Amino acid sequence: MDLLSPIKDHHSERRLFIARVALASTIGILLLGGVVARLVQLQVVDYEVFAEQSQGNRYRIEAVPPTRGLIFDRRGRVIAENLPAYQLELIPEQVEDLDDTLQRLAAMKLIAAEDIENFKELSRSGPGFKPVALKLRLTDEEIANFALQRARFPGVDFQPRLIRHYPHGEATAHAVGYVGALSKADLERLEQSEYAGTNQTGKTGVESGYEAALHGDVGYNNVVTNALGRRVPADSRDVVDALPDNVTAAPGEDVYLSLDLDLQLLATEALRGQRGALVAIDPGSGDVLALVSAPSFDPNKFAVGMSTSEYSALQNDLDQPLFNRAIRGAYPPGSTIKPMLSIAMLETGATNLQHTTMCIGYFSLPNSTHRYRDWKPEGHGEIDIVNAIAQSCDVYFYELSVDLGIDNIHRYLDMFGLGHRSGIDIRGEHRGLVPSREWKQNNFSGYDARWYNGETVIASIGQGYMLATPLQLASAIATVATRGERYRPRLVAASQNTVTGERTLYPPERLDDIRLQDESHWETVILGMHEVMQGAKGTARAAGANAEYQMAGKSGTAQVFSVAQEDEYDEDEIEFRLRDHALFVAFAPLENPRIAVALIVENGSSGSRVAAPIARAIMDEYLGYGDDAGN
Amino acid sequence: MAMMRETDARLLDTNRVAPLGEFGRILKRLNLDGPLLGGLLLICALGLFVLYSAVGENMRLLVNQMVRLGVALVAMIVLAQFPPDFLRRWTPWGFAAGLVLLVLVLTTGEVGQGARRWLDLGVRFQPSEAMKLAVPMMAAWYLHDRSLPPRFGQLLLLAILIVVPTILIARQPDLGTALLVAASGMIVIVLAGLPIRLIIALAVLSVPGAYGLWQLMEDYQKQRVLTLIDPNSDPLGAGYNIIQSKIAIGSGGLFGKGWTNGSQAHLEYLPERDTDFIFAVIGEELGLLGALSLLLLYMFVVARGLYIAMQAPDTYSRLLAGSISLTFFVYVFVNTAMVTGLLPVVGVPLPLVSFGGTSMVTLMAGFGILMSIHSHRKLLPH
Repeated sequence: MDLLSPIKDHHSERRLFIARVALASTIGILLLGGVVARLVQLQVVDYEVFAEQSQGNRYRIEAVPPTRGLIFDRRGRVIAENLPAYQLELIPEQVEDLDDTLQRLAAMKLIAAEDIENFKELSRSGPGFKPVALKLRLTDEEIANFALQRARFPGVDFQPRLIRHYPHGEATAHAVGYVGALSKADLERLEQSEYAGTNQTGKTGVESGYEAALHGDVGYNNVVTNALGRRVPADSRDVVDALPDNVTAAPGEDVYLSLDLDLQLLATEALRGQRGALVAIDPGSGDVLALVSAPSFDPNKFAVGMSTSEYSALQNDLDQPLFNRAIRGAYPPGSTIKPMLSIAMLETGATNLQHTTMCIGYFSLPNSTHRYRDWKPEGHGEIDIVNAIAQSCDVYFYELSVDLGIDNIHRYLDMFGLGHRSGIDIRGEHRGLVPSREWKQNNFSGYDARWYNGETVIASIGQGYMLATPLQLASAIATVATRGERYRPRLVAASQNTVTGERTLYPPERLDDIRLQDESHWETVILGMHEVMQGAKGTARAAGANAEYQMAGKSGTAQVFSVAQEDEYDEDEIEFRLRDHALFVAFAPLENPRIAVALIVENGSSGSRVAAPIARAIMDEYLGYGDDAGN
Repeated sequence: MAMMRETDARLLDTNRVAPLGEFGRILKRLNLDGPLLGGLLLICALGLFVLYSAVGENMRLLVNQMVRLGVALVAMIVLAQFPPDFLRRWTPWGFAAGLVLLVLVLTTGEVGQGARRWLDLGVRFQPSEAMKLAVPMMAAWYLHDRSLPPRFGQLLLLAILIVVPTILIARQPDLGTALLVAASGMIVIVLAGLPIRLIIALAVLSVPGAYGLWQLMEDYQKQRVLTLIDPNSDPLGAGYNIIQSKIAIGSGGLFGKGWTNGSQAHLEYLPERDTDFIFAVIGEELGLLGALSLLLLYMFVVARGLYIAMQAPDTYSRLLAGSISLTFFVYVFVNTAMVTGLLPVVGVPLPLVSFGGTSMVTLMAGFGILMSIHSHRKLLPH
């Protein structure tokens, strides 16, 4: 022991030490008591709260998209189906360099370079674990190529998916429409939660109109996920004892169209190479038997996704293949409205069966030298209403229209549904136009706001302001065929629950009938229309020849006043595009009619020569007298 | 001196049969303390049990940890063979060497996880770990020959002995280890009889001191303190650890979700579940009962250590043994308080349970010293 240091009192030092140990132990026990109290608070007092939080942590609800319902024609032939396909997907959070990855995919021609920006935005907007579809349908070759390069693309892979497929492609494109990628606008329109797992929706036609039935109900899987939101493989699911039950997705309903695929294909072929549209309706139900717009497009391209340039090429095509002329195309109806006008003239007493007009090839209003020309320069001579319809005498209608007046013209055409949307069960219909004094007042100013008799004259041959869609004309002619019974046109006749197999037939929706004071006026007009096709002097007697059934029709020729985007046509082309549109409306048989048709061939010049044979072919086919009917 | 004589008499009775029979005699020959060893092994066993679950039932990592545990036990046995006198004589040299190594770490050390803590001397080595023992040894060495309680001048010198390595470690930066090193030194001074008035004064002064420390802290260290105050302020950032840890512990309830059934741990919600936050895995899978059992084992080891300290025959042994025992307690408290959200996240592992080697070797070496102090008492000249 060092004797120079102060004396060490071992005994008191030891006592001091023990006192300090006691002090430290006391503090220690207090501190530890704090931890224990905390454990009790967390594990006993607040247990429920944390238990719930941990449960919420570990499972996530994952939406399961329902299988889209199929679409069949009226005889059960497949119009839209779902095919398995491999889809190229990118999981944003697994991709190291998004820009570089997309560039290299573009270099492999798996995506279009122009869409890179679009995909980048999509990748950044959603949760990182949600796959972004880069290409909806890979070819076998693309799959093979990508499989070789897979290691170079972490976060990119192909996955099996169901892809919408339309076996008859362009023939049904305008009626059935197509599905395409869900857009922001779609989500505003649709029930968001129902589309949690879906990435496509019906864009046009029946696919859009019957979206609710076709889509089905979304299902939910409760999946166990780790902190990164990634699914945990099934074998580690045992850490979770009680997950909420999964909800199975309810597949969408199958939809049965009123369309007849044979008619649809025939009409498509008949209009191939033309611009035009055809609508055929069952007059007794409003069933749309055919609805074709030409040129058409391949709806499968929308279903598998197309690049921006492919889409803009379609959009900028001068012939407007995406434009559904059958319901959106508003054309001057020309002489096809003469049957409806005849009903108006007979009913209002502007004319009767005995009344005749002397047609000298033109008509002038009193105190006017302006000549409204008949299509037949030498005139039809003395002519009554039946022959005026049969030979499409313009002068007869010019002359009587002044007595009839625009108010009556408007009132009767309105009853036939012209100037109104027909209410067909797909979206995008044009309402057409039947002018009236009121309409003119509202849309013009000054002198132009007045209605002039000259305008009534040209309205009587379906020119001037008047516009109608092929669908409206078909519906109006169907009303003539039924002698006043009107049905809302429809493309879908039934649906079928794919789980229960239960089939729901949609009853035809009958609209207000047209009741005439004298029902025989129908027969007068129909006789005139019958003469058109099967009379000695009918304008379309060539098209009506050699038929085994009786039919009625009316040709129309509509003047084209101007051509859009004129600078893009050369001289010959302008001349061609200024040629008259050829229209034809028809129905058959005369008694108990089963089909009414309206069609237009743009720049087809002559309704009776160009359009009427197509109408005849459609009626033959439907009534069982088609080319292959005898085979 | 009656008490002393009585103790000596009992210890001199070499023929007295140890309670564990033949095994007890082996322990005695190896200078090991049965109760302390038993407590430590139970903690290690429970630790390995939980760790197996925390590392995702990865046997390779578990074997890895068992090897470390073996190395640590060897270090414990080796140190138990050195008499306290021998350790005391070498203490200043060890302390000086430790300081040199700390400076070397700051200038040439290897960077890992944003901090410079490792030194490559053939084996990778953290000098700061060694300072956990070297600092209290140095303080005890200094006080050994002096009359206690220490006088003011001596306290000042002790403060320098503690503060210099603390600052060197804090600069690495390694706040957790720095605080523990400082604590181990401070404990020696308090046990030596630092006047209560001074302790209270230091506590009062710690308020401006804390402010000064705040100014010195790195941004990430400040962030840790801030998230403690309000973990929900940044639930996916800095507060995430604490929130997920509380959910894990709380959802364990009384009896836990069962071994390897902790969803928080197994679904990767709980960060650092095999290292600093392993206590949360215990809380989640073994519940309150499991957590309390572990705490009870820790308290047994601390109590046994303090008992050994109180039995120690000289100032150096007594202060060192007390400091080692209480520092171990501080470890346990800081880690459990941090994991339960009572203290900021300071990066202190749960002793003997958390995955990782260096701290385990240091701890076991410390317990080796404790055992040496206990078993070599009879040889001491008092």
